[in-house]
Amino acid sequence: MPKVTVDGIEVEVDASATVLQACEQAGAEIPRFCYHERLSIAGNCRMCLVEVERAPKPVASCAQPVNDGMVVHTKTEAVKRAREGVMEFLLINHPLDCPICDQGGECDLQDQAMGYGIDSNRYGENKRAVEDKDMGPLISTTMTRCIHCTRCVRFITEVSGVPELGATGRGEDMEITTYLEKALSSELQGNVIDLCPVGALTSKPYAFTARPWELKKTETIDVMDAMGSNIRVDSRGREVMRVMPRVNEAINEEWISDKTRFIWDGLKTQRLDRPYVREDGKLRVATWDEAFEKIAEKVASTTPDKMAAIAGDLADVESMKALKDLMVSLGVTNLDCRQDGAKIGTAGRGSYIFNSGIEAIEEADALLVIGSNPRLEAPVLNARIRKQWTKGGFPIGVIGEDADLTYPTDYLGAGTDTLKQIIDGSHPFARVMDVAENPMIIMGQGALTREDGEAVLSATIAYAKSAGVIKDGWNGFNVLHTAAARVGGLDLGFLPGEEGRDTQGILDGASAGALDLVFLLGADEIETKYLGNAFVVYQGTHGDAGAHRADVILPGAAYTEKSGLYVNTEGRVQMAKRAAFPPGDAREDWAILRALSATLGKVLPYDSLRDLRAALYEEVPHLATLDELTSADVPEGAATGTMAATPFSNAIKDFYMTNPIARASKVMADCAALANDTDKGATGTHG
Amino acid sequence: MLQDKDRIFTNLYGLDGCTLADAQRRGDWSGTKDLIAKGKDWIIDEMKASGLRGRGGAGFPTGLKWSFMPKESDGRPHYLVVNADESEPGTCKDREIMRHDPQKLIEGCLVAGFAMGANAGYIYVRGEFIREREALQVAIDEAYAAGLLGKNAADSGWDFELYVHHGAGAYICGEETALLESLEGKKGMPRLKPPFPANAGLYGAPTTVNNVESIAVAPTILRRGASWFSGLGRPNNAGTKLFSISGHVNNPCNVEEEMGIPLRELIDKHCGGVRGGWDNLLAVIPGGSSVPLMPKSVCDDILMDFDSLKEVGSGLGTAAVIVMDKSTDIIKAIARLSAFYKHESCGQCTPCREGTGWMWRVMERLAKGEAEVEEIDMLLDVTKRIEGHTICALGDAAAWPVQGLIKHFRPVIEERIAAQKAGRLVQVAAE
Amino acid sequence: MSVRRLDANQPDSFEFTPENIEWSKKQMEKYPEGRQASAVIPMLWQAQKQEGWVSEPAIEVIADMLGMAKIRVLEVATFYTMFNLSPVGKHFVQLCGTTPCWLRGADDLKDVCRKHIGDPNTVSDDGQLSWMEVECLGACSNAPMVQINDDYYEDLTAENFAQILEDLRAGREVKPGPQTDRKGSEPLGTLTSLTTPITAEGAE
Repeated sequence: MPKVTVDGIEVEVDASATVLQACEQAGAEIPRFCYHERLSIAGNCRMCLVEVERAPKPVASCAQPVNDGMVVHTKTEAVKRAREGVMEFLLINHPLDCPICDQGGECDLQDQAMGYGIDSNRYGENKRAVEDKDMGPLISTTMTRCIHCTRCVRFITEVSGVPELGATGRGEDMEITTYLEKALSSELQGNVIDLCPVGALTSKPYAFTARPWELKKTETIDVMDAMGSNIRVDSRGREVMRVMPRVNEAINEEWISDKTRFIWDGLKTQRLDRPYVREDGKLRVATWDEAFEKIAEKVASTTPDKMAAIAGDLADVESMKALKDLMVSLGVTNLDCRQDGAKIGTAGRGSYIFNSGIEAIEEADALLVIGSNPRLEAPVLNARIRKQWTKGGFPIGVIGEDADLTYPTDYLGAGTDTLKQIIDGSHPFARVMDVAENPMIIMGQGALTREDGEAVLSATIAYAKSAGVIKDGWNGFNVLHTAAARVGGLDLGFLPGEEGRDTQGILDGASAGALDLVFLLGADEIETKYLGNAFVVYQGTHGDAGAHRADVILPGAAYTEKSGLYVNTEGRVQMAKRAAFPPGDAREDWAILRALSATLGKVLPYDSLRDLRAALYEEVPHLATLDELTSADVPEGAATGTMAATPFSNAIKDFYMTNPIARASKVMADCAALANDTDKGATGTHG
Repeated sequence: MLQDKDRIFTNLYGLDGCTLADAQRRGDWSGTKDLIAKGKDWIIDEMKASGLRGRGGAGFPTGLKWSFMPKESDGRPHYLVVNADESEPGTCKDREIMRHDPQKLIEGCLVAGFAMGANAGYIYVRGEFIREREALQVAIDEAYAAGLLGKNAADSGWDFELYVHHGAGAYICGEETALLESLEGKKGMPRLKPPFPANAGLYGAPTTVNNVESIAVAPTILRRGASWFSGLGRPNNAGTKLFSISGHVNNPCNVEEEMGIPLRELIDKHCGGVRGGWDNLLAVIPGGSSVPLMPKSVCDDILMDFDSLKEVGSGLGTAAVIVMDKSTDIIKAIARLSAFYKHESCGQCTPCREGTGWMWRVMERLAKGEAEVEEIDMLLDVTKRIEGHTICALGDAAAWPVQGLIKHFRPVIEERIAAQKAGRLVQVAAE
Repeated sequence: MSVRRLDANQPDSFEFTPENIEWSKKQMEKYPEGRQASAVIPMLWQAQKQEGWVSEPAIEVIADMLGMAKIRVLEVATFYTMFNLSPVGKHFVQLCGTTPCWLRGADDLKDVCRKHIGDPNTVSDDGQLSWMEVECLGACSNAPMVQINDDYYEDLTAENFAQILEDLRAGREVKPGPQTDRKGSEPLGTLTSLTTPITAEGAE
């Protein structure tokens, strides 16, 4: 490894390191605007100039590879002058509107001007004014502030893969814009707000609502998809003001999807903030006791075989545990956490998780996507696939719907016929999988929510084992979930008990009059019209489908309002934290169930969340291991039943409308309207 | 003075016919096959020994540049790219080669392409040179028809395809990596180096970019021998060179002369002297707009080559001599160049994007005297903060003319400011 | 360089003529497989030749043909200043105003343009002429000069330039190149070099 001396300190650095990285390793701070470690190197801002001995002029450290024996100076007069010069050039045309700029307080330009700038202004000419650009409902622009670092252009082009941003014109008249000011269509576009080092691109929904220093920052977990992206929720008082990404290299790197970022207005509207009971066909506000009594009355007159419970997509493990325990104590076996009816969870854990882990996408050298559109089901995970594709040597085959995934794919076919050809080796792509060192399969819910889901899963697992997708030292068999609650629910066994009904069975039973009481824990993605005449208890956060059909409503807490465990699609257990309090009379969900259990005379054996978790860990020990991946065995794929010829149909049709919080969000509604209005962003790499 | 027998561009003025047959009559394409038969190493060694330095402005030794190409292909193709994006103000020599002596360039491409292992070459012609591009294409078509290009080009055993590509109005594309970006269908924004084009150039493949004149002189050098070329001019400043003389001379022209010819001789012999006589000379920009100007006192006995001009704080550049007589408003002349660089900055690097506009605005005010005397030093400081701080040399090129002006004509600027303050009308003459 | 935007008035569609489609295919063949984006400048140029300027539909058609994102083609169209983003006159005058031409009277030529055509970047009422100042066109030894459509007109004076403009307007034939007795960039009058009979080199 080459040795580099930075300001007299010798460090040994990776041969592929840049001078900037060597400087950081040696503890020398290097200011920068355009450089970002997850984007290509532009080297255009010139803020990171350093002196390298024997180089004729200052060197842009972000773009200069290290050589053995290199001697770097970062504190010389020449470097100081170079930085002052660049700062001055950046500021001459930058407006002095910091007091009304949303970036204030977290602005790289502000910070670095303090650190590296001069305290006077020599520029007497008129400042440049640049017309603002319309980029859609998420990003607000003040283009006069732009310093042309091109981070946004590089992110949209390289990471999101939907090349709609560019820099037109040239010289001092260069402008960042979308093509003819059309709205951006990437599901990851909000990340450019974080990347923009100045206040040129800011969050439109958050505009002028808060200053960063008045916000309480809570590090927690996102539930908009099954990735478990690490987020920071910024709140002021009881109100969530915004959502930002946190770095987690294994999961979301430092990106989040727009649904994750901009969902928060949905936390404030259509909230269930009091218990309700239905009387004479109408819902009326009630006390907790009234609501519980009403449920108790119904439970007392109903036999266990006529009761059922369904857990929704945003439920935390603890509330599912409490509901399951309560149901079991009542003798109820009609339980399911699979609102979508996916035929999974009955075999071993390895059959329903993303075994390789998300990060290992970067180790794969061939990918077969079955019944999934990762761009809509997990946009940040999709960016990881794209990242691996950009490195080259990563053929990607798709069976199911042919969609623009932001990278070119080999479209193999629509359904099981093609899958069979892969399995029997007659399809050319089977050869691609065979020769790959680390072949990977991503199976979406689109392949599993069908009648023949079990057969498809079973056959695919058997294939995976025969084709080296699952082998010693590599398990590339991956199920991509869409619901944040799902893996937790499956781990917990929130599934039909002996002779119990699954989701479809519950709906069939209710509509046929065979079920009298159905408990919905935030379950809004079912067809509530099939609940027939059953008495419906809805515990949840929003006045969505479930609440509209309910006879009793128990107002719960959203994911930002409680501490709770979520298991992501990888099987990684993470803990969400409370950033704000639930509104009105709403309570944390486990506590509601604990209180209800007392009214029902079936007191749950825990008085605190801590006790609940202790019981949980005893029942499902691996849930006690936070933040890590635990390997799981994939059971033999003993194919049962036959696969139908119907094409796979993807799980998500409308990315912005997948859960009750999203459906309550005006921002998401705007995005959805826009997405439905225009063709989905053609990326130029499609096909 | 150079004798006609030592002139390479014998049809510089287009007076002798421009067809392939005309060119062959003048000696082009004679024994090309034999030159190639001597091998890559011989060609590169000859080019090195000739002392030819790149004719595009930077003066980098051409043979050495060719030798940077990988000896063997690693599977990637090699490319020769010819820089015919002649846009440096004052420079108009490559145009004459393309429209009047194109076969020299085409033959040079084959020889250079062979020497660097390239089976394909692209000539990037500036967009405005529409007729020149057409003339060049006609010449290439003729060469193909005669078997001088394509498979087994000129019966040499080497396959070589040659294409004409063009720009569309961007001075920056004369910078070799911006040119490659442009050739790949992108904006002409210079690339970070390393990697250098010889390692990763066009389409990521090993590439050498040479100026038109550098390539066009190669066949003659190889035919007549390195020592013939190196025997002309001075050590490290060898050979003949095309000079473009413009501005206040009686007969502006292009002419091929020996390197190191005294500036005064160049102007007096070929251009009919400075308008109004040598003593009417104010200043000369000796190497295209990017190099600092020289006041008459320096011009009196300066030799026109790389080292001599460097010694006096200027440069040979493209050998484009812009002559300004005493009627010239020198501040305005340089301010107009500042406008040029502001117009042509690609906008990538902060110092150039912001600095070229800043300099131009101050220069415009200085030309009118609407400034404070302290601003002269501030402007000089601004030029220093651009110079050396950008990816490519456009920032430097924008800074140097202003630096040259302040260095040699500060009193003129100060006088104009004083006159403006005093309400005296300053006589500003354009001619 | 000023801000370059597409014209506010855009045609509904753009189509290359069959000949230009053939021509475009040939251009694309010049570049290796997968590198067809290299043809973007030549194709934008051909679209401009066909229509006189580069329109939004033309940008989209070319993006499609080359498999490029539209924003990338827009970047190119706005970066390179020879692409006219608005219609120009039938005879489009690009007047070099950079120092070598300025030293020899480019300002006088600008006055001629204002008088005979009007304001820069404005098409004359008869649609015949429009003009703009451009940067160095690389014919400095023949300064001052202008480019009108594909041709250079060199060694201009206010008088002969005005005559050229009026001849063009009237549909009369004009002679491109130097407006003096020069053929190219040789010194006016007696040659100072290349005066001896030209022979094959080396054969002295």
